[in-house]
Amino acid sequence: MKILALDASGLVAGVALTEDDTLIAEYTTDYKKTHSQTLLPMLDELKKMVELDLRTVDVIGVAAGPGSFTGLRIGAATAKGLGLALGVKLAAVPTVDALACNLYGCEKVICPMMDARRGQVYTGLYTFEMCGGVLKTGDRAAGAEDSGAGVRNGISGTSGKDTGIEESSMEMRVLMRQCAMSVQSLADEVNRLGRETVFLGDGVPACMEMLRPLLRVPFALAPSSCNRQRAAAVAVLAGLMAKQGRLVEADDFSPEYLRVSQAERERMEAGEAQRKLMRAGITPHTKE
Amino acid sequence: MDSVKEEVLILAVETSCDETAAAVVRNGREVLSNVIYSQIDLHTLYGGVVPEIASRKHIEKINPVIRKALSDADVSLPDITAVAVTYGPGLVGALLVGVSAAKAIAFAADKPLVGVHHIEGHICANYIENKELEPPFLCLVVSGGHSHLVMVKDYGVYEILGRTRDDAAGEAFDKVARAIGLGYPGGPKIDRVSREGNPDAIHFPRAKVDDNVYDFSFSGLKSAVLNYLNGCQMKGLEINQADVAASFQKSVVDVLVEHSMRAVEQYGAKRFAIAGGVASNSHLREALQEACGKREIPFYRPSPVFCTDNAAMIGAAAYYEYRKGIRHGWDLNAVPGLKLGER
Repeated sequence: MKILALDASGLVAGVALTEDDTLIAEYTTDYKKTHSQTLLPMLDELKKMVELDLRTVDVIGVAAGPGSFTGLRIGAATAKGLGLALGVKLAAVPTVDALACNLYGCEKVICPMMDARRGQVYTGLYTFEMCGGVLKTGDRAAGAEDSGAGVRNGISGTSGKDTGIEESSMEMRVLMRQCAMSVQSLADEVNRLGRETVFLGDGVPACMEMLRPLLRVPFALAPSSCNRQRAAAVAVLAGLMAKQGRLVEADDFSPEYLRVSQAERERMEAGEAQRKLMRAGITPHTKE
Repeated sequence: MDSVKEEVLILAVETSCDETAAAVVRNGREVLSNVIYSQIDLHTLYGGVVPEIASRKHIEKINPVIRKALSDADVSLPDITAVAVTYGPGLVGALLVGVSAAKAIAFAADKPLVGVHHIEGHICANYIENKELEPPFLCLVVSGGHSHLVMVKDYGVYEILGRTRDDAAGEAFDKVARAIGLGYPGGPKIDRVSREGNPDAIHFPRAKVDDNVYDFSFSGLKSAVLNYLNGCQMKGLEINQADVAASFQKSVVDVLVEHSMRAVEQYGAKRFAIAGGVASNSHLREALQEACGKREIPFYRPSPVFCTDNAAMIGAAAYYEYRKGIRHGWDLNAVPGLKLGER
């Protein structure tokens, strides 16, 4: 299965092409240009370099959010346009899950963070676990069971045949689903788990100073080879979703912002304040 | 421009504000489809366009709108010659949805990409229903975001004679409509209510701009209306909504007509056209019709569906750009403050 993956959710822009277990090409940039200036030129470069016939692409994977609203929409509109023109479906890959997937095999707690402004981060908590019996026979298809909303995502290589010891697969377990939360609340969650934790993501430079004094567990920061969004990781999760039949029509896809717009929030807050006053028996003053 | 008449089919996309639109246009003047999804009900809740909400809605609607434009025109992507898209001016987040989708479609379908200036689109809307109209002509572009008096010297060649120094004409309509309790969008509401009002009931100022006789200023007029309303309130006088609307509207129309006709005379324009959302205003259309009639020059105005933001006009503008050899790269970005005539 040939998967074309895009990620424009954060500061990094990335495109990748995978076929089954092979990463054919990947292009990542973290540069001051906007994603609308980088994403499609990078894809064009990739296409030329590996002589990609776009009509052979089976699925388009896209980092579906959370992330920068504008970045998410550049990725989404690009994926939707490609989907419309090529007649293929999309895999809407949760951004934070894909980030965690960068640290395949890590049995510590994995904590991706993206700067969400207003003192918050988009984050989640994950870990990898070895699973499957050592003496099990036959292929254990990665993520064969749809465990509902991607709570358990299996990632595995091909199974060994002659060794007598079955290759196991590692499953990514979601300890806390991706969400927007304050740095303080995140520290509370990490401390509650009480396990060694690896942090990554473009939220690390932005929020580590605030987070560091709050942590009560040993922690480390991932290095540059794997500490930002990688479109290849989006492709891996897109492949799993495709196998599980969890694809969406390009026309129906919208990003997962995890937040309402400021105008909606203020409108709801105003409505809530008014309801409180009414409950307290105070009629709000309105101009005649 | 080569004279060989190959058939050019343009798929055009427009998402600069709160309309998600796509169209298919043949040879710049024949509209095969024109699909507009208006978000106006959504923004009415907030009394104006909320950029983030508009951008989110564009993402939801962009593919169905493009798909419908293709099916209404009974064409498929391989039949298309080029893909065109508005890349400015407008709301950056809104523009980016159309720009990103159009680029991806052009890229995947292996078609050339033509970026179009939104105002140029409005001007070119006049070509759609007036097959005989060709440059040079003078055009008044008035909408919620723009007020320009433009000499169209040739296809894609513009000289801006005047522009607003503050509020756009449509913006003044929206603000005054809100102040007199008509709500959003102000243009059509004031137009309707004014029919029952006396346009000479209140004299509001006609602002002049010192160093350029063709420039506009509408913020003073808006303040004058607000002062009048406050004055009435303090004196306990009843406000006649229809009279205020009609008098305000007359003041705007007078200024637009006066500046336009001064330019017609000064520049010896042989044709005059209007464009943009406010060009739907019935009083403005009547007044300009009369003024052009007096000077015996033809007056062109698009039907209301081509005055509002739409993609057919982008397809019309893109055709002339395409014929000139204008192509944009995959790095085309949204330019919220794009100037007319800039590339």
